[in-house]
Order: sequence, then structure tokens, then C-alpha cells
Amino acid sequence: MSKYLLNKFLYTVDRDPELVERYRHDPAGTVDWWERERANTLLNCMTAEKSTWLAFTGEERRALAGHDHVALFQLGAHPFLTLTLFIAMFERDHGPLEYQLAYARAMDHITLPYPDIAT
Amino acid sequence: MATVAAVIASTHHPFYYRASTSAGADRPPFADEWVAKIKAFRATLTRAEPDVLLMVGSDHFHQLWLDNMPQFLVGKAPVFDANWYNEEREFGLPRMRLAGEEDLAAHILRQGLDAGFDLAFSNELRIDHSVTCPIITLRPQADLPVVPVYTNIFAPPMPRPERFVQLGRTLRRLAESWPADKRVAIIGTGHLSLELGGPRQFGPHGPDPEFDRKAVEWIANGDIDACRAEVTLDSLHAPGNATHGFMDFMLMMGAAGDGVKADYTDTLDLFHTMEAYFTWYPQGAPAPAPEGPAS
Repeated sequence: MSKYLLNKFLYTVDRDPELVERYRHDPAGTVDWWERERANTLLNCMTAEKSTWLAFTGEERRALAGHDHVALFQLGAHPFLTLTLFIAMFERDHGPLEYQLAYARAMDHITLPYPDIAT
Repeated sequence: MATVAAVIASTHHPFYYRASTSAGADRPPFADEWVAKIKAFRATLTRAEPDVLLMVGSDHFHQLWLDNMPQFLVGKAPVFDANWYNEEREFGLPRMRLAGEEDLAAHILRQGLDAGFDLAFSNELRIDHSVTCPIITLRPQADLPVVPVYTNIFAPPMPRPERFVQLGRTLRRLAESWPADKRVAIIGTGHLSLELGGPRQFGPHGPDPEFDRKAVEWIANGDIDACRAEVTLDSLHAPGNATHGFMDFMLMMGAAGDGVKADYTDTLDLFHTMEAYFTWYPQGAPAPAPEGPAS
């Protein structure tokens, strides 16, 4: 499990308007590109000072490529990061609060305790 | 020495700015009541005539990230730019710019370290809505210098609730020992029960109204013992998955003092989460007494 890397994807995409659009329109391609080019970038450091070891599991890759917020929750991705990015991508297609409520309804079967989000 | 003119604890609701500035069909039905409550709350700060705002909040994965995550951080800089792209995008928040009070920040860092808090610091901090929401609600002219203090209520492992209470007590003591002839207001924001990104989000009320009822009573009465008896890192998962933000209210209870009742308490039951507003006057309530509902 690489909860940290899932969070890093959500965090770095959410803060970049171009990446938000790219991930909305081409999720599988964006995840593939990001894992190759960005996953090992050490934030706030020179490009040459990269990490060498970060990669998604197949399950994590599928959850991101499928825009599957329920799977991301169950994998322990930070719920605030997922929610914020998914609102940015999909709220525009719905009426007021419709998307947020549908997002919650899709998780109705999940009960406490929720998956651990500690990284 | 400085005077602590007011201690203020509040929820920080990023939707207030848009709700209060919208008009016509875009204006939500609860906006007028919300604005009236905020104006009454704002008067409690105005009457305290503060010179400096010591502001406790929490970065929401904006500048602070999991590769380098402090538990408690003090901003020491002459200027703080504020609000982020994703807060403009989702909440319509404006970009802001606040002056810093470096002398108070240096005092808190030095004395806080000596008091046993290994405080992190930042000399270039872009602050987010946990600090700008109370500026918008309580001091919209944004004309006073600030010292932001960030707490980690977001990324486990977090400090335990007791540590937040202790930090609140320490910040109060340090503000009072600052060798400056200034009036300091300590303002901190957190949450009552709250769910973000889970099945209980965006309901007709906060996810746990019974927790909210008890929490308001603990805060209004300064009942730190009753609060600590029920609240732990583990217990805070039950009222809602983002309820660890309540620990910033516990910090403010520490700043207000054990058993000290709030001079002003108000709440507003909204969809998604309950709003709650508290003011204490350590020097006694300035005249005239704040208008607004009694607790």
C-alpha cells in the first residue's frame, strides 16, 4: 500500500488547474504519465534530487484511473484530498450540492471504523 | 506587558464569504440570519479594541505536506499572503494579504521552545481559510497584524487533545508576557462534528448533533475536564471523520482558562456542520456588553 503516493497524486493534481482538467478528461493517461514523470519528484527540490522508490500498486492505479472515489476511500487515501479534487472535476456537471450528496450516497455501505488514513 | 483583550473561538466555514456576498437567486435562504449572527459576533472583537491578532488555525494541505509535516508551527514573517487557488475555485474566497507581527512571533517561538513546545516556524507562509475565514467574519478590514499558529488536526499521527489544551494555556501565558504595550486578541478556529469525503457528509445538520450539543456546552462553560473525559484521538472518529478539528477548540479552551465561562456564545445550525461562536474577556467585558443571544 502506498497511501502516501495516492495522496501525493491527489495533492499535486488538485493544486494545478491544468492537471485538474487533464485528469478529468483523461484519467488513465494522466495517472500513467504522472507515475512515470512526477511520482518520484521530491517537492520543493531540484529535479535531479529525485526519489527512486515510489510506485502505485495495481489496485491504486485502477482506483485513480477509474475516478473511483469509493475505492480511494477504502484504500486509505486522505478523504479531504479526494473530495476537494473530485468536486473540482465534477461539481460543474450537477446542480447545487447534488454531486456532494451523490458522492456520499455511493459510500452508504461503509461503516465505522473507516479505513486508516495514517501515512 | 501586553494585555489579552479577548479570547475568541469559532468554527471556520469557507462558504460564509460566498453566502454573505451573494444576491438574488444565488443567495441561500439562511444567509441573512448567518450574516446577522456574524455581525453580532464581530462586535465582540471590535469592542475589545485589539492591536494584534494571535490566530490559531490549521493548514489544509496547502503549504504543509506529508513530506515535512510539523505538529505546531508559528508563522514569523512581515507579510502573509493568503488563500489558495483551490479555495478560490471551490469557495470563491478572495486573495488576501495580512501584515505579520514578528516581535510577538519571535517571543512565542523563544518562550514556547523554553516552555517545552518544540515549535516549528515558517518565514514565508501563505495562509489558508482556517485563518482568513475569521478575518472575513471578525475583522473584514484586515487591518491588524497577525501571528498565525498552525496545528496538525489533519494528518495522523497528531498530538493528543491534552497537548492542544496545554498549548492553548501556554499561548495565553506567552501573549500576556510579551513585553509590548499592546492589546492581543487570541482567535482560534476549528470544527464541531464534521465529515468530509465520507458517507455522512453534507447532511441536513452536522453529522453528530448530540456531540455538537455537548461540545458547545463544554466550551461555553470552560469545562475542560468534562471535555477531556470524553474526547480522545480515537473517540473523535465517531462524530465525523474530520472532527479532529475540534482539538483547536480544545486549544482555545486552554487559552480561555479552566472553568471560565464564555462571555458570549452563539450557534447556527446549518446543513453539513454547526457553526459556533464564543468570546471571553479576560479583563472583564468592555462596555457596552455585547449584543446577541445569551448562551
